[in-house]
Order: sequence, then C-alpha cells, then structure tokens
Amino acid sequence: MNLSKILKNVFLVVIFGLVVTACATKKSVKTTTESKTTTKAAETQKTDPIEKLDALMQGDVYIGSDTVGELASGVPDRVFFATNETILTTASRETLRKQAAWLRQNSDVTVVVEGHADERGTREYNLALGERRANAAKDYLMTYGVSSDRIKVLSYGKERPVDSGSNPLSWSKNRRSVTVKAN
Amino acid sequence: MKKNLFLIFLFYVILKPSISFSLVEIDITRGNLDPMPISVSPFFSDKNTDENIKKNLNIENLGLEISKIIENNLEKTGLFDAIEKEAFLQKPDIAHLKPRFEDWALIKSQVLITGKVTSKILNEKDYINIEFKLWDVLGAKMVDGFSLTTTPRSWRRVGHKISDKVYERLTGESGYFDTRIIYVAEEGPKTQRIKKLALMDQDGFNTKYITLGSELVLTPRFNPANDKEITYMSYFRNMPRVYIVNLQTGEQKVVGDFRGMTFAPRFSPDGKKLIMSLAKDGNSEIWVRNLETNIQEKLTDHPSIDTSPSYSPDGKFITFNSDRSGYQQIYVMRSDGSKVKRISFGKGIYGTPVWSPRGDLIAFTKLHKGKFFIGVMRTDGTGERLLTENFYQEAPSWSPNGRIIIFYRETKTDDKGQGFSAKLWSIDLTGYNERLVLTETDASDPSWSSLLGN
Repeated sequence: MNLSKILKNVFLVVIFGLVVTACATKKSVKTTTESKTTTKAAETQKTDPIEKLDALMQGDVYIGSDTVGELASGVPDRVFFATNETILTTASRETLRKQAAWLRQNSDVTVVVEGHADERGTREYNLALGERRANAAKDYLMTYGVSSDRIKVLSYGKERPVDSGSNPLSWSKNRRSVTVKAN
Repeated sequence: MKKNLFLIFLFYVILKPSISFSLVEIDITRGNLDPMPISVSPFFSDKNTDENIKKNLNIENLGLEISKIIENNLEKTGLFDAIEKEAFLQKPDIAHLKPRFEDWALIKSQVLITGKVTSKILNEKDYINIEFKLWDVLGAKMVDGFSLTTTPRSWRRVGHKISDKVYERLTGESGYFDTRIIYVAEEGPKTQRIKKLALMDQDGFNTKYITLGSELVLTPRFNPANDKEITYMSYFRNMPRVYIVNLQTGEQKVVGDFRGMTFAPRFSPDGKKLIMSLAKDGNSEIWVRNLETNIQEKLTDHPSIDTSPSYSPDGKFITFNSDRSGYQQIYVMRSDGSKVKRISFGKGIYGTPVWSPRGDLIAFTKLHKGKFFIGVMRTDGTGERLLTENFYQEAPSWSPNGRIIIFYRETKTDDKGQGFSAKLWSIDLTGYNERLVLTETDASDPSWSSLLGN
C-alpha cells in the first residue's frame, strides 16, 4: 500500500464523502493513518489537480479511457482493479458483459485473459495476484455464457505495465485484466 | 554453455605455515568502522612466465591483476583497507621469500599477502601455478598459504580462492568470493522490458548470458547443493512454468506436469526437491516436487495467495508468504505442510522470506507507508531489524556464509516515465556497507551460489 494512495483515498472520504469499497481489514489499516494525513491531504488539495484525477479514478480504480483498446467494435478490452483487489467494479462487470455478449455471437473466437498488477508489490506475489484478477474476469465471462475452454488465463504480474510512470494514476492503469483474441 | 566453463583445479597444495596461530583477528559481527590495514603485494613472475601468459591470456602483468582481485574483494567487505602499492618498500619477489616485516610495519600494514605465478606445461598443455602466502606483520610470521595449478583462463578464480582463504583466516568465517551470481539482465523501456538470464562471478566479471531475451524470464535461483544447476521461471510459448537448467550442458527441462502457472521456485538445501507455487483457477498454493522420484505434493491448502517459499537449511521447515490474514505476511510451516504459523506481526506488508544458510534468520521485503525495506527477523518473528529503505527494492538472497544480503532496487520514474533503472545491491547483515553490485546491464532477481566446487 502506498502513502499517496492512502492520501488519495482520504481525500475522497473528506471531500466527497465517498466510502472506499475495500475489505474490512484494509479499512482498519487506513483508519489509523487517517487522522495524521487529513491535514496534509487538505493542504495538497489546493495544488493537486484533484478534479482531473477524480474524473480518472474512483477510489483508486482507473475509470478513464486512456490505454483502453477494443476487443471488438464498441467492446472495451480491459477492466481495472483497486490496489491488491480482485473484486470487479460495476463498470468492470458492464465491460465484461459486453465482452461476453460479443463472444457468444462469435463462437469461434477464443481469448486469453491477461492479468496484471502494478509495480508496488513483490514480483512473485504479483504473479499470483495477476492470475487471480484474470480468473475473476474469466469467471464473470463464464457466468454470462462463455465456455471455459474458450478462455485461457495468463498472468504477467507486474512485468508488462502499459504506463511506465511511478505514480498512483499510472499504477491504476496497470492494475488490469485484458481480454485478447487468441485466434 | 561451453563445457569447460567450470574448470578443474589441479594439484591443490596447502603450504604448511610455520605456526598455525594467528595474532590478527577481525570481529565481523558488528559494523566495522576501523578496517584492518592490509598490503597485497603484486604476485611476481619470471620472464618466461610473462611471455607465456601474454600469449595465452593477452595480459601483461598477471601477478598484479591477481593482487588487484584480492584487494578489491577484501576492500568490499568493509573490514579491510588496502594500502596503496606505491607505498610498498619491498619488491614482490623478495617479500614473497621472506618479508622484511619492519618495512611493512612502517607503512602501518598489519597483514601482508605475497605470491608467485609460474607457467607450466603438462601433457603439452599450458597451465599456471599460483602460490600465495599470508603474513602476520606484527607477529612476524607466515600464517597461511597454498599453491595450486590450473588452466590459465581460470586465473580470476585463483584470486577469489586466495581471498576466501585470507577472509577465513582473519575472520574465522567461511568466505564467499569464489562464487557466482545468477540474475536477470534487463534492457529496454519499462513497458517492453527484455529480460535474459545472466551469470557472473561475484565481483561482476565473466558475465555470460544464458537465454537470448526472446521470452520473459524471472527469479533464477541456484541449487545450493550443485553450483552447475539453477531453477527459474520462463514464459516460453506463453506458458509460464518453472524450469531447471544445467549450466554446464545448457540442457533445460520443465519441472512437473502442472495445469496452471508454476512460479517462485527454490531448491531444497540438499538439491533433491524443488518447492514452488502453482496458480490455478485464481488460487496459488505451494507444492513440492521430489526431483528423484518425480512425486509432487501440495503443501498448503488455503483460498489465499501462498507463494515465495524457502527451506530452512536443515530442510525441516519452509517459510513463505500468504495473504490469508488480509495482507501479505510471513509464515513458517513444517516441510510436510503441517503446523502453519504466522511469524510477521509488524506494521506493513511482508514478503519474499528467505531463510539464512546459518539457519537463525529470515530475510524479507517489507512494504510500509509507500517505502520498501529489506530486513531480517529471527525464525520465530522476533528481533525484526530493517537494513535498508528505498522507493522499491526486493528479492533478498544470502551470501553462502550468511553475512551479506544481495537484492535489487528500482528507481522511480518521473511523470514522463523516464529515469527508470534496476540494479543489484548488497548490504552486510550488520546494516552497514551497502554497495552497488556492478553488472553490465540493468539487473534484478539475484541469487548467490554456494562456494564453487571444482
């Protein structure tokens, strides 16, 4: 977990009254740093382009369109995750339902779901995390009628970032699973 | 890999010191702020030898080069301070026969190393014989030495073997200089990094690339019982799997028959088993494969991520990291998978536990408040000590004597994604003597070999 990410979350709590959808254990960790960082967060607010960032991230999940490609026309190829999370957001589910619908119509297509993590974790753990994310996407596609033998899963851990920056926005773009045509 | 990469040392002779007791000793259990002054005289050689060596190795003064290897090794420990050769009053050949100890005491040297290089022809093949002596200047006595004959091209290894002998003699600990490091050589932009397996001597020389960079390779690790064998993970044919490579023959084989990604491999201390993680259907568990019987067995059984396993040196326990508590923490279990116990309870996330070859400590990576630390703790989790802090660093690996930890560190990129680099670093267990380890390219995932065999 990164301090600036915590800061960012604290921001949102303070300013927009949003509750970060993290699991209970994480919340307790965040709460301990909250009181100390609130004033800092308020200070940074003046200089930080917070409104611009807010349009790109919800919590710390990327919601922008930069780097997003298409599996097919009108079907986004990727979904994004919160730090250390494998939970699919509402937007991610919508994207995956579109992918599933398209795959049902194109039953000869097989895909590889590539799972990725950001650089803020140990290499081996991130390989496992990428695999978990890819499987979260795969499971959802299966729920919407795509058979498992059409979906391969491949974790790259943190080895293939799309954004080479070392900042919360770059990291949010890298925490992703990407559905790629395999044939 | 060429077969003769690992050359055989011949005729290893121990020169009997006149007295086996050394007056000079170094305590290496704490940070040493007062390094011992040491003189390494250039090793001398006759004209005939010089000509032969020039012909074989294209090196003008091999004796000087060997003395530099020793100097460099010893200085990097932080325990020794090599005196400039310009200050030496005595010539190498005379000093090697019998030093005039007053001359060396005068320049404040406590220890003197001398030596001799002689070229030899055996069965019409060129060899070199290298003799070395370690002298206690204050005690005015020779305290150790040996002579060995080898092929000319393994001359650097002789320098390392001498360094090991000196280190052992003066610190009472086994050395770590005649060793190699396997690592991942990196090139190119962060988004399209090219990675190759690379092997080098501990001091950064003799780099050899084991793979071409056509597929992603990660986490190479030496077999502690066989320095000619490594395990690593490769994305060959987009099937991320664990492999074992014989460095002598270049042969490699995939380990086991798993449906799913295998990763995070490590050998058991006796080299007969391999532990690794298998990720399947969104869950990573730790498996062991017996390399002799080919029987594989699942050791953990938990819906969380269980990975980065490492054996204790007696093979009875395994440490690993798991996020079963909600975050990555360090656990210890018996090597059959029973009696799983969490040992890390400090603030932050803990990963990559690696058991010290001495058995008493576990090195780890810790992430806390946006910083990465390399640290050590006792095997019950007490006595946590953080050795170094940075923006990003991980993958500790122990020197074979358990005194030094090598790891890699990445620098942060700026807003444009520029300024990224990855390098190997080493730090003493004391937390002192942090050093950049020289590599030809960017580097990550280092693993230190045991002391090399013949």
